[in-house]
Amino acid sequence: MSSAFASSRTSGSEIVKELAFFAVIALLMSVMILGVETVDRPTGLELAVRWDLVLIAIGSTVIGRLALIIRREGISRLVQALMITLAAVCVFEMFVRFRDMDDRWASPVVLDMAVGSFTSIVVTVCFLAIVFAIAYFSMKEKSAVVVDESTKISSKIQVAYRSNTKKIGLIGIIFFFIFPLIFGENRSAIDLATLVMIYIMLGWGLNIVVGLAGLLDLGYVAFYAVGAYSYALLSQNFDLSFWLCLPLAGIFAASFGIILGFPVLRLRGDYLAIVTLGFGEIIRVILINWYDLTGGPDGISSIERPSFFGLAEFSRRVPEGSIGFGDLMGIEYSSMHRLIFLYYLILILALVTNFVTMRLRKLPIGRAWEALREDEIACRSLGINPTNTKLSAFAIGAMFGGFAGAFFATRQGFISPESFTFLESAVILAIVVMGGMGSQIGVVLAAVVMIGFPEMFRELAEYRMLIFGAGMVAIMLWRPRGLLSFRDPTILLNMSKKEKVAGEAK
Amino acid sequence: MTDNNVQLEVEHLTMRFGGLVAIDDLSFTARKGEITAIIGPNGAGKTTVFNCLTGFYVPTEGRLTLYANDGPRLLERSEGFRIPRNNGVARTFQNIRLFTGMTVLENLIVAQHNALMDASAFSLAGLFNLGRYAKAEKEALETAKFWLNKVGLYDQADWNAGNLPYGSQRRLEIARAMCVNPSLLCLDEPAAGLNPRESSELNVLLQSIRDDQGIGLLLIEHDMSVVMKISDHVIVLDYGKKIADGDPDAVKNDPAVIRAYLGEDEDDELPPEVAADLHLDPKAQ
Repeated sequence: MSSAFASSRTSGSEIVKELAFFAVIALLMSVMILGVETVDRPTGLELAVRWDLVLIAIGSTVIGRLALIIRREGISRLVQALMITLAAVCVFEMFVRFRDMDDRWASPVVLDMAVGSFTSIVVTVCFLAIVFAIAYFSMKEKSAVVVDESTKISSKIQVAYRSNTKKIGLIGIIFFFIFPLIFGENRSAIDLATLVMIYIMLGWGLNIVVGLAGLLDLGYVAFYAVGAYSYALLSQNFDLSFWLCLPLAGIFAASFGIILGFPVLRLRGDYLAIVTLGFGEIIRVILINWYDLTGGPDGISSIERPSFFGLAEFSRRVPEGSIGFGDLMGIEYSSMHRLIFLYYLILILALVTNFVTMRLRKLPIGRAWEALREDEIACRSLGINPTNTKLSAFAIGAMFGGFAGAFFATRQGFISPESFTFLESAVILAIVVMGGMGSQIGVVLAAVVMIGFPEMFRELAEYRMLIFGAGMVAIMLWRPRGLLSFRDPTILLNMSKKEKVAGEAK
Repeated sequence: MTDNNVQLEVEHLTMRFGGLVAIDDLSFTARKGEITAIIGPNGAGKTTVFNCLTGFYVPTEGRLTLYANDGPRLLERSEGFRIPRNNGVARTFQNIRLFTGMTVLENLIVAQHNALMDASAFSLAGLFNLGRYAKAEKEALETAKFWLNKVGLYDQADWNAGNLPYGSQRRLEIARAMCVNPSLLCLDEPAAGLNPRESSELNVLLQSIRDDQGIGLLLIEHDMSVVMKISDHVIVLDYGKKIADGDPDAVKNDPAVIRAYLGEDEDDELPPEVAADLHLDPKAQ
């Protein structure tokens, strides 16, 4: 495409037409989003118009497009870089005004900043120079070459990643294991890491159903809920310990997986997705309405915290007949002990999920899952029982969801149906799809991106959702099959993995 | 049957879809160590016969007896995946159905799913890689290697099946069906889309399966060069009915077959009801 453009030059009037077209699009897109604002006045809510923002948005679009045209036409990269710098200034201006300008027709922020003092002039000029330099040096004279280079680099990265998945996984595991040693005193860091780890585990669990067996499940959160409520109810009503309830929660969730599995065996694709979605909602509605058992919307509170494998307690006031964790280890009491213990607990649960999945993939059942994803009719012709295969995928996926749910209940100490809405299912599914279906490391990456980043950048308030949306669009454009969407063969005969990977990258 | 060399006996097979009679009272036998070809014009019901045999359809009427190594089995009594699993009938498809995202070798290992599944004791033994499972997996690998060599795909074993050229995909599908360890192999147009060299290679492969494995092969084919060269026995279907049955040479010269393929001479032996429709008023012509 790019070479076709490079060879034929566009006439001036066509360029003007193109720019006008993009100006109109920018106008349409920005007039409602940027152009009007609701303002709280003593007389009530009023609409205020912000034409300056609209103008800047159109301006930056036109300039950016002009930069692209110049690039396409092969005009000197000096002009290109100038244009890009100008567009960057416009975007910067727009953001600043969007956030905190009251006087709508004030002079440009960039000028204000530059005019202040000598240092501010220097800083502004340096900043612009850096933008310009980046723009200038990242350009090549011909765009075709750039495309070649970038695909080459990305395929190199792919090869490097795929032939070293084991090493990368190992480094990841070590990192997550020493994480509390680095951030041991930072409560919010440990909390965030635990949260991310829960989603990694849920992602890995759902990956069995969606990534391997290819069954689109929109109600995965139901199993998470079943696990959480199983633990909470068993612990409150029968006084069972966490360590006994954990496997029970898994078994309950797995049997719910089978119960869901049976009616949906004949369904595929969209239809399956709708039924599973309904199932997720049914569970939530039951939890809300079965007041006697579940406490309805009030939820269940003061759920028992886990002990240190039944040996010691983490609370400050140790009940009669048991000892505190600090006493057991001979260290001083700290409220962080429990958090770090919980972190390690979910880390190990998640790793168990991962190893079981990795192992199952290389077993006949795992291969049958993948075969079923590829072609169900061919599976039947080979004597593979599609019913059992699907049910086992549902059950095993659900079981890990149940484990994660029990952990969630014991960590929060309080659960209510509100934690198990469809949004959760959607987030888990988004993690799996974004990571690249079937890719274990992809799930980790996607969980960090989807859960970790929004939490880390909480100060950005609503802007993080804007950035999040932009990120999603970017992924759809550049990696539509997920961040790391590769399938590693489960068995190789002649080639080493490296050779296979390199062969495919060509 | 007096003959104990029979592999498959089809008696009075009828398949109706609502008012449409796809197969009408069809009876034939296929023998062990022979290639039985089913031919006929488009829409004659050939693939429907296969679907009945391999459990995709439950026949409306009739009896399908498979003489496996350990005695006769009634195929119409079981359905779906149970036919390939319990009775050993394997098939290939008219439009190739490989697991394209998986490697060639994986395709062959998946085909041995049931044997491996038993050995892995519902995956528990497999999870911990106990000896029994490890041994079964090794055997499965050996079987896969044997068939890879046989169809000449050993060097491509680690390719994704979808990346193979078309002819190789056809051969892989046959190899995959053979990995089920069938006593009857049903091939639905295996030569479709092959060039002459590939289809003569296919002939060699099919003949060697027949001779070495001693199983019955059932073959649907339009390519007469394949049918006439390798089949021992030809059955011709037209509109769900058998119109000829015999060795290739006899069938080739059968007037009913020629009529079915080439059409009829004018006003010659049309079915009475059709004749009545066409010649309501012969003088008008």
